[in-house]
Amino acid sequence: MVPIGYYLFVSVVLFTLGVVGVLTRRNALIVFMSIELMLNAANLAFVAFARDLHAADGQVIVFFVMAVAAAEVAVGLVIIVSLFRRVGSIDVDDANTLKW
Amino acid sequence: MAWTFFIATALIAVTSAVLVITQRKPVYSALFLVLCLLAVAVLFFQLNATFLAALQVIVYAGAIMVLFVFVIMLLHAREPVETETRLDYQQPAAVFLAFLLIAEMGYLALVGGKAVAASTESGTATGVKELSRLLFTNYLLAFELTSVILLVAMVGVVVLGKKRL
Repeated sequence: MVPIGYYLFVSVVLFTLGVVGVLTRRNALIVFMSIELMLNAANLAFVAFARDLHAADGQVIVFFVMAVAAAEVAVGLVIIVSLFRRVGSIDVDDANTLKW
Repeated sequence: MAWTFFIATALIAVTSAVLVITQRKPVYSALFLVLCLLAVAVLFFQLNATFLAALQVIVYAGAIMVLFVFVIMLLHAREPVETETRLDYQQPAAVFLAFLLIAEMGYLALVGGKAVAASTESGTATGVKELSRLLFTNYLLAFELTSVILLVAMVGVVVLGKKRL
């Protein structure tokens, strides 16, 4: 059985990659996909701890995270579509109504 | 044996995650994200979370990513053209800070306590029975509230999707 530390390390790497994706990409859809990557990294950490502490509560939490993530993706995507209708592009730098 | 599977799956997950954030075309990113989610589902399976592995494939890779691909198709999304507002140092700085973050969190994950102490017992697979026992007793309120969240999401999507509010 692989010790929990290695699963947590994979979770850490996936989370950091999600953060880099959110910070460096300008396409709103890819930013959103990076957010999903971060959520999955957190889910992996939860399940790793659930096995390590012999408590299924971690898996129940992942169940709820998945349900809420599904709702959030639906609403977030429709917001991106509305933004596209208004601004004309999904470049996050174009959604800028600041004066300078 | 378990180590081989773990390292192979972890490598697939991390590689496809790197490819998600670096692709030019959003469709390629979406497909690599599907691969990453499937690799995470295999990792769930190795952690004895069989029900969650199936849920991950069905819900995440099967529903959420399909939604992404539909929206990519709707918006004819392609990578935006470069403008002069781009900061030259942004990407190298992001990569460097990412390595710093991985080093810091990885140290905590790998070096702390009994995090890498090998344990020889192999747990029993946690399936539908154990999860549902917890779900319908301790977490019943959260379960009912989740149904409300899904309803709110549905109503929100319909309202926000209208051309004229």
